[in-house]
Amino acid sequence: MTAANLEAMYQEIILDHYKNPHGKGLRDPFEAEVHHVNPTCGDEITLRVHVDGGKIEDISYDALGCSISQASASVLNDLVVGKTVDEAMTIHEEFLRLMQGKGQVEPDEDILEDGIAFAGVAKFPARIKCALLSWMAWKDATAKTLAEEN
Amino acid sequence: MKGLLPDLDLVRKDFPILERTFDGGETPLVYLDSANTSQKPQIVIDTMVDHLERHNANIARAMHHLGAEATEAFEGARDIVARFLGAPERDEVIFTKNASEGLNLVANTVPLAAGDVVVTTEMEHHSNIVPWQLATQRAGATLKWFGLTDDGQLDLSNIDELITPATKIVALTWVSNMLGTINPIAEIARKAHEVGALVVVDAAQAAPVLPIDLASMAEEERPDFLVFTGHKVVGPTGIGVLWGRRAALEALPPFLGGGEMIATVTMERSTYAPIPHKFEAGTPPIAEAVGLGAALEYLMHVGMENVHAHEQAITTYALERLATVPGVTVLGPADAAKRGGAIAFELDGVHPHDVAQVLDSKGVAIRAGHHCAKPAHQRFGVQASNRMSSYLYTTPAEIDALVEGLEYVRTFFKLDQ
Repeated sequence: MTAANLEAMYQEIILDHYKNPHGKGLRDPFEAEVHHVNPTCGDEITLRVHVDGGKIEDISYDALGCSISQASASVLNDLVVGKTVDEAMTIHEEFLRLMQGKGQVEPDEDILEDGIAFAGVAKFPARIKCALLSWMAWKDATAKTLAEEN
Repeated sequence: MKGLLPDLDLVRKDFPILERTFDGGETPLVYLDSANTSQKPQIVIDTMVDHLERHNANIARAMHHLGAEATEAFEGARDIVARFLGAPERDEVIFTKNASEGLNLVANTVPLAAGDVVVTTEMEHHSNIVPWQLATQRAGATLKWFGLTDDGQLDLSNIDELITPATKIVALTWVSNMLGTINPIAEIARKAHEVGALVVVDAAQAAPVLPIDLASMAEEERPDFLVFTGHKVVGPTGIGVLWGRRAALEALPPFLGGGEMIATVTMERSTYAPIPHKFEAGTPPIAEAVGLGAALEYLMHVGMENVHAHEQAITTYALERLATVPGVTVLGPADAAKRGGAIAFELDGVHPHDVAQVLDSKGVAIRAGHHCAKPAHQRFGVQASNRMSSYLYTTPAEIDALVEGLEYVRTFFKLDQ
């Protein structure tokens, strides 16, 4: 890995989110709480979702892990809180497309905002799971919330 | 530096992968992940290729030249393993696919009943915890464990509560893969044998660095079973060893059923082959066993005493140098004489994955994570750690490269700002 790749991975935006994560901590109210782990490295997240009237009112979380997984949870919180579930799912799909694109995908900045900083991470197969941990937990918790509503 | 292998340059030339570079030749490999898997000398690679090119056949059943040659090579590898361990008998050496399979073999076959106790330790690799959880759950038996002291030693203060007449198995690692701690196997085995318990030793990290001579150990201090894996002793993956005392092995029922492990088969029942074949169902990893034989011959040629002295010298130097990096905390014993070559450490303010990633950009390969020892990490209140691990080809200059790399990590993550 070259120094340029390293810089591409650890964008300032990612390091900022890592040092000052947005929305961290577990809060009430919530409809679903999930606990996800990355078994290969031990990174963990407990994540709660509060949905009201089809809108994501809050995502609160407690997480242990590397800069990539922590920053990703912070960006998730920024992007998804305040959106409708449908809008949030679109953002989730775009983030997934970026992370699974082997570094070849041009991300949509209008949708992903700070999330485009993760483009460099997509080149490192071992770290993609780190970036996706919180997003998968959020999707799982949201699905549980919707299932209970129905 | 005292203790280093005198022919270190020559030893390094035996390992072709150490020539690897990255970034178009600019960045040399600094391989400090040997506790994860060791690199392979040319003689192991050549021996395996030669076997596949010239001697390949199935063993113990093919009635032709090649069958005889392959069988001789495979059984020859068993003799080498027996010599490497100082095994009282060569037929006590069972080939498995790795150390985990050896531990699972014993955990799945040893008789356990409700009320029995299995004792392990908090510093085990998951492979010496999970099989015993499964076994005790199946039998309605109880799993207990030795805790750890703050400096990473086994806490033996409650040994009389743990090892009692109810204790059937004491399963522990010889050398910790995370803390590096060398455990007092003889003392614990003596205690376990007093109550009639069997002693199962995970030697996955010990076999690479400690001279082992089972036959010279006092019988009451000798383990009943011992496992190690080929790929950590400069051998290939896919091959491991379970050594067991003959009477202890003979008392166990077969683990896997199939070809080669039988004496005779009718549709109603079968009788079983004597050890070692009783525990080797199906076609074994033949080329891998032959490769393991070459690997152990290589280590014995260098001399395990010399390998151990080299490891101690490098570990001493690494502990000294790591202490100079601000924010680094080493987990486990501070005294190199009490530990193996794996050194787990924290760098305050940077997660181990990020440390490993930035080091990798400098060609320095270490491991980051829980090293399959989550309970031990939990004991020390850390979720993950960095781990450097050396071997007989590691140079002091590589330790310097690690330390320089860690300084670069500190700069990269702006720890001083």
